[in-house]
Amino acid sequence: MLMYTLKRLLAGVITVWFIATATFIAMHQVPGDPLMNDKAVSAEIRANLEAKYGLDKPVTTQYFIFLGNMLKGDFGISFTQQNRKVNDIIRDHFPVSATLGILAIFFAATGGVLFGALTAVYRNRMPDVAIMFLVILGISVPSFVFAALGQLMLVNINSLFGYSVIPVAGWGTIWHMLMPSLVLGLTTMALLTRLMRSSMLEVVNEDYIKTAKAKGLSPTRIFFRHQLRNAILPVVTVLGPQIAAITTGGFVVELVFAIPGLGRYFVQAVQQLDYTVIMGTTVFYGAFLVFMVIVVDILYGFIDPRVRLS
Amino acid sequence: MRHITVFLTCLIILFQDASASPVDFENQTITVAIEQEPPQLNSAKATDQVSGMVLGHLMEGLVRYDRRGRVVPGVATRWEMTDDKATFYLRKDARWSDGKPVTAHDFVFAWRTALKPITASEYAFIFFPIKNAQAINKGEMPADQLGAIALDDYTVEVSLERPTAYFIKLTAFVTFSPIREDFFNAKGDEYAANADDMLYNGAFIMPEWTHSASLKMVKNQNYWNKDNITLNAINVDYITADTRARLNLYTDGKIAFTRLDGETYKDALSQRFRIRRFTTGSVFFIEYNHRPERVTSNINLRKAIQHVFDPDEMVNRVLAVPGNLRGESIFPVWLNGVEDKFRREYPAPTARYSVATAKQYLERAREQLGGEIPPLVLLVGDSPTATKQGEYMQGLLLNKLGLEVKIDVQTFKQRLAKMTSGDFDMVGAGWGPDFDDIMTFGDLFASWNLNNRGRYKNPAYDRLVRIAMNSTDPKTRMDAMGEGQQILFDDAALLPQYEQGIIYLLHPKVKGVVRRVVGADPDYTHAKVIP
Amino acid sequence: MSLFQPETSMFEPLETQDGAEVITRPSLSYWQDAWVRLKKNTRAIISLNIIILLAIFTLLGPFFWDVDPALQDLNQVSQPPSMPKTALVVGSYQSWDGVTIENYEPPEDYADSVPAPTNFRTEGKPTTQVVRLVWDPVPEADGYNVYRNVREPQGFADLGLPLGATYGDELSYEDRLSLESRDYYYSVVPTDGIDEYEIFARLVITPQLAITQEDALERGLINRIDDVAIGELVEIEFHPLGTDYLGRDMLARLMEGARVSLFIGIVAPLLYVIVGIIYGGFAGYIGGRFDVVLMRFADFVVALPFLLFMILFKIAFGIGPGESGIMPMLIALVLLMWPATARLVRGQVLQIREEGYIEAARLLGGKNHYLIMRHIIPNTMGVILVTLTFAVPAAIFTEAFLSFIGMGVAPPTPSWGSMCNEGVKTMLSHPHELFFPALLISITVLAFNLLGDGLTEALDSKMRSRD
Repeated sequence: MLMYTLKRLLAGVITVWFIATATFIAMHQVPGDPLMNDKAVSAEIRANLEAKYGLDKPVTTQYFIFLGNMLKGDFGISFTQQNRKVNDIIRDHFPVSATLGILAIFFAATGGVLFGALTAVYRNRMPDVAIMFLVILGISVPSFVFAALGQLMLVNINSLFGYSVIPVAGWGTIWHMLMPSLVLGLTTMALLTRLMRSSMLEVVNEDYIKTAKAKGLSPTRIFFRHQLRNAILPVVTVLGPQIAAITTGGFVVELVFAIPGLGRYFVQAVQQLDYTVIMGTTVFYGAFLVFMVIVVDILYGFIDPRVRLS
Repeated sequence: MRHITVFLTCLIILFQDASASPVDFENQTITVAIEQEPPQLNSAKATDQVSGMVLGHLMEGLVRYDRRGRVVPGVATRWEMTDDKATFYLRKDARWSDGKPVTAHDFVFAWRTALKPITASEYAFIFFPIKNAQAINKGEMPADQLGAIALDDYTVEVSLERPTAYFIKLTAFVTFSPIREDFFNAKGDEYAANADDMLYNGAFIMPEWTHSASLKMVKNQNYWNKDNITLNAINVDYITADTRARLNLYTDGKIAFTRLDGETYKDALSQRFRIRRFTTGSVFFIEYNHRPERVTSNINLRKAIQHVFDPDEMVNRVLAVPGNLRGESIFPVWLNGVEDKFRREYPAPTARYSVATAKQYLERAREQLGGEIPPLVLLVGDSPTATKQGEYMQGLLLNKLGLEVKIDVQTFKQRLAKMTSGDFDMVGAGWGPDFDDIMTFGDLFASWNLNNRGRYKNPAYDRLVRIAMNSTDPKTRMDAMGEGQQILFDDAALLPQYEQGIIYLLHPKVKGVVRRVVGADPDYTHAKVIP
Repeated sequence: MSLFQPETSMFEPLETQDGAEVITRPSLSYWQDAWVRLKKNTRAIISLNIIILLAIFTLLGPFFWDVDPALQDLNQVSQPPSMPKTALVVGSYQSWDGVTIENYEPPEDYADSVPAPTNFRTEGKPTTQVVRLVWDPVPEADGYNVYRNVREPQGFADLGLPLGATYGDELSYEDRLSLESRDYYYSVVPTDGIDEYEIFARLVITPQLAITQEDALERGLINRIDDVAIGELVEIEFHPLGTDYLGRDMLARLMEGARVSLFIGIVAPLLYVIVGIIYGGFAGYIGGRFDVVLMRFADFVVALPFLLFMILFKIAFGIGPGESGIMPMLIALVLLMWPATARLVRGQVLQIREEGYIEAARLLGGKNHYLIMRHIIPNTMGVILVTLTFAVPAAIFTEAFLSFIGMGVAPPTPSWGSMCNEGVKTMLSHPHELFFPALLISITVLAFNLLGDGLTEALDSKMRSRD
């Protein structure tokens, strides 16, 4: 097991290196550069800026400088937030995104597993149909709408009570996090609901379930010990990458709810071609994703001992 | 049922929020939101609106603008101006936030720093009227050769490269703010990165700055004019670019100020909020590519477009937000002329809307260009407004003139790259003023200006710009620009679309907030909360 | 103890019965069987009907509703669905000098309070083309602000939209700002040049819906300029589902947008789910080092910054201005989107390949290819179909996002996704601009969900007993 994990970590490091390299090349292929701005600057100032940020060197040299700094864990200084280190940006804003993301995943996973199991149990009956319609609504309306509507709902609740019951936006307390994480987790919840339903239906006719019934086990025990555990694998598979995606990709939700997360840096960095922030966030995200995938793969073995990985 | 009531009551108690009101009369505090994190609070390098707004409260230059846009004393109490020299006499009671006096050296140091090649400030050009400034910026001279010196601790003497009528007004600009040498050097690259990496001499200091989340500005107890500052604190508690989110915060009583847009104002109207209007002073226009290989270098084609474009329709039906003014000239209506507003003294020539005339021009253009006119490429940014305006132009030219327009949607940097390399026929552009003088717009279409991305070149216009730049006589300058305005129109050098207007909400208990065309906007410095 | 020993004599042959060994029903392969069961599934049938209806809407709709989806009508911007309307024909707009005071002298001092302007009135007939307001001067004022509200103001703070300001010598205001035929409450407030005095005069006006003669001619509402005289009524274009922010017909745009959205929403997910199935299936089935390498490549693809690579693809494919980039976008989507399905399928395969029946099939000499296609993939079908149905709206919205950065369809070509994105911004004031495209996307997604459910049930032999 330990050997396996170590091997996987090594493969992960190589993956991250590949990600960094591909992104580095792509970034330099895209027209424009971080120094361009609405107001044109003179050739002299431009040359000064290039020299200052080392952009006057050949791209290959820049790449090796970047690799060297990356190994030291230093991603340099942002171009758009000119006095801030990329490391500081990640350190300051990732915890916010992570908190929000974990809460969102919690909502999504509990909701998804619960509703999914419910729809499987009541297959083709009222609860199944109702939940399916909600799911369809949840995925065919852009998340921006839910964010806006969720916030509007809070405004209305507050005006009903006459004062701030739940904060409309901002960050700080658990109450600030409720609505944004709910909105953020909505699509994942919908996906997990359907996945759970589908895999529950596959499990429900398996022999071991029949055996369990024949043994006279209580329905609750059958549900939790046999059905759920066997059906949850796809949910776990999806969760790994989803955790990585959600904790860094909540751009819209962060915008609407004025949350100081990493998501907005992710999107803005590409728009602004902020080289250092693109590389910093991409490498960080890549490493996080690879790590989550390893965790999921190891979890497979625990959830379903039949699964052999190596 | 009783359980539910108890539960709800518990919830309500738990949910109680301390900052219940966006305005506090007792403590003279207001809470607002800004659209983005200020990207650069080093005054020598700041370029954007948000940083300018924050810095306008934290720093004070030699002079400042009052609410009617007149120049009033800042750190300088008085100044003298001749054709080749400007002398500023500083007040002795101006203090930095750590209590030390603000001296002439702090200004000279700040200006030299901004001009040094290593600083690579994008606004270095604003110092170019000062002697040797351009040479220093190019690295041809050491920074201590700058024509600005501290005669003593409280006198700044500036030698000018050429007579500059608007130099005093220029010194109100944020890049001219002082920086103290010892503090700046101690902080190095980290200067202005965080709240404790800054030193303030303005009406407010910034004790807290949580990146991307909030910042807090508190009255500066060392500010020389602190007795005339009523507000104790400006809390910027929210940072979001989403207008609807900010409207929701305003509705919820969390912020005292928010800008609206065409999509949200109807919602604000239905809440019966008092909507206010402000013209930002920026001009938006279609810039043509005048490079000879482009069809848009043909004057008759441009004239044809000029005659079917109706700025009234643009303002009233497409933008459909109050406050926008019809675009008629590169010179906006607020610019001062000799005695009155420039545009009242020199009315902008306008083309009468006429499809028939336009078609005549188009016919001439076709002959000159040898038959068919290829589809025009209209470069636009990836914002919804830009696309919408592009689609409008596309429909207009197709329906009225049968001209096909291809919209080239590009993300920010890719658009700039295409603008710089000249890979477009038309591009949606805008220009905002840096200082309160006609030259902030006047030299935009001068052939040497790098922001003249369409490479418009007319020697007659260049000559007029030089006259206006080098003269100090208002009449001569305005006559030159009046003539220039006519040339730009005759050449159809650009297609003015609108002067930008915005609408916003301001809490009725907050008075004295100043909206500015030039400088920190909105300016809360002299605001107060009434009971 | 002796064992019972049967002897032949103990048995008597039965008479041969015809037909006992004959298979009464035709032999069905797995897929034929699935098809039969699919046809019996009500949900699947409903979904097929919906899909047919959508196809009719997309392909035949434009023949019945022959309106140019790109044609702008700035007389009818953001109109909700309504019945046909008639408009007053007016002459073309003539600029108006307004009312100004000759030899105006601004007040020497700013007064503390002033009286309200009097004789606030309109000049000419107020129409949706123009409303001209005039008032008498207030001696101490040095300017006026003009407001407009759609409901009766409840006092000074509720005057509504600040239309504009005038200098002290200007006693008139011309309002042309997106006028509609409804009640307007105009107010005029005197100012000292900057600040307002808290007093106002009010006027209620209902402008009449109007269209200029030139406009009517250009839009083909009349054939000749003298067909309809000024002052007569003419029927203007009818928009059954209302119009968008440039006055374009929603119904026509929905029909045109359907082509892009349905194409990208169906083809892209199908393609990348198929790639994902094959990739994930082999990775999971073969396992070991092969699995590690394949899945690390999948991680690599997932972690690439989507926006950056889309911009890169756009340049790599050389999409010029105004060109439709549907095919490049399809390729780009397939290149970047397959890993999610691959990972999911691989996870399922890892679990299923250890099942008894796989082992049994293998022992019976089943080849890998046969095992994957015949046993493993059908058993992961439920999960695959779920991802497929989820990929439909995701692809539709991704298309909209990519159009936004200049990669998908070029304006003015609409798509449901981009119509949604536009509609979101005005969802409270003009809900129809969001509602209709969102409804169509929902219906599409619903159809695919029902079809997915139907297929799952049809393909899963274990559920046969339930039918």
